Amino acid sequence: MTSLALKSRVVELYKNLYHMGKEYPGGAKWFHDRLKLAFTKNKDVQEPAQIEQLIARGQFVVKEIEALYSLRKYRAMKQRCEV
Amino acid sequence: MVTPVSTVTACYFWDFFFGTLDCKKLLISEIFLTLDAAIHMINQRNLKITEPSIMRILVGVKRVVDYAVKIRVKPDRSGVVTEGVQHSMNPFDEIALEEAVKLKEKKLATEVVAFSLGGPKSAEVLRTALAKGADKAIHVQVSDAEAGKVESFHVAKALKKVVELEKFDAVFLGKQAIDDDSSQTAPILAGLLDWPQALYASKVEDAGNGHVKVTREIDGGLDTIKVKTPFVLSADLRLNEPRYATLPNIMKAKKKPLKNIPIKDLAVDLTPQTETIEVTEPPVRQAGGFVEDVATLVSKLKEKGFVKA
Repeated sequence: MTSLALKSRVVELYKNLYHMGKEYPGGAKWFHDRLKLAFTKNKDVQEPAQIEQLIARGQFVVKEIEALYSLRKYRAMKQRCEV
Repeated sequence: MVTPVSTVTACYFWDFFFGTLDCKKLLISEIFLTLDAAIHMINQRNLKITEPSIMRILVGVKRVVDYAVKIRVKPDRSGVVTEGVQHSMNPFDEIALEEAVKLKEKKLATEVVAFSLGGPKSAEVLRTALAKGADKAIHVQVSDAEAGKVESFHVAKALKKVVELEKFDAVFLGKQAIDDDSSQTAPILAGLLDWPQALYASKVEDAGNGHVKVTREIDGGLDTIKVKTPFVLSADLRLNEPRYATLPNIMKAKKKPLKNIPIKDLAVDLTPQTETIEVTEPPVRQAGGFVEDVATLVSKLKEKGFVKA
C-alpha cells in the first residue's frame, strides 16, 4: 500500500472520529482535544505495518463509541418509555 | 401445457382424482386434460414463494428535541424550550427505519421511503434518514409556527394522502415520539386507511403469500400475530439496534432525492383539536430525613401514620 493511500485512510479515520465525537457525553471539545493529541503523538510513524495497526485501533475505537452511544440511548429510552 | 404421456399413466391419475373408472372408454383428449389439471394442482401446492411479501415501505420520522438534552419549561408555562436546543430524529423512528432497511437488505422490501411532516429544519432529519439507508425522502413542509401545533391526527391524515398517492405496502412508524409521548399516529393511520395494524413490534418475519408475522411486546408478555399486507407497524424498543450514520454515508445521501410537498397540496386541515393549557415541571423531590436508630424510625413511622400506634 502506497504511503499516499495510507495517508488518505488516516485522514478519513480522523474525520470519522471527529464527526462521532460531536455528541460525546463527556463533552465534544474534550473528545476533539484528546483525538488531536492521540493523532499528533503518532505523526512520525513511518512503517506501513505499524500504521495499519494504528488504523485498526482507530476503527476499533469507532466501534466502541458506536456501542456506547446506542447503549446510552437504549438505557434512556427503556427507563423513560417502559412501564 | 399438455404433455404427451402413456395411457397407463393417465389412468393412474384418473383413479387418483376421480375414483376407479374404465379409462379405456375415455377419449385421449379427456385424459390429457385431466393430467394437465392434475399437474397444475400439484404445482400450486408446491409453489415456491418468489415474490417478496412486502414491496414498498414508507417510514415516518419526526424531528424532536434530542433525548440527551435537559428539558426546561418556558417561563410562561406554555411549553418546553425548543429554541437553540439540540434536535435529532426520534429514537423509535430510528428503530422503525432500521427495520425497513434490514427488510430491504433481506430482499423482502424493494424500496424504503422516509417521510416527515414538520418545519423547514425537518429536512436535516430526512437527510439523516437517507444516510441510514432510505432510498428517497418526502418532506411535507409546514411553517415553524404551524409545526408547534401539529398533532398526531394531522400527521396520520397527511400520511394517508401520501400512501394513496404513491401506493405503499407498509407504513413503519415509531411507537411514540419522545416529545409528546402520544403514541397515536400509528393506530389513527391504520384506522383511516382501514389497514391491519401491528403495534409495539419487537420482531418482524415474512410469512409468505402476502402475510407478515409480527411479535409484539405487550403487558403480559409477547403476542404473535399474522397480518396481511398492506399494514401499519409501530416499532418498539427491542425491534433492532439502529445503525449509526457514518460520514461517508452522509456524503452519499446528499445525492438521494428529497421531495418537498407543501401542506396545502395535500389538502390536510391542520386545525388543532386540543389546546395546551399549562406545562409545568414535575414536583421537586424532597430530601429524605436521617434517623439514628430503629426505635426513632419506628416512632417516626407511627407519627406519620404509616404504622399503627
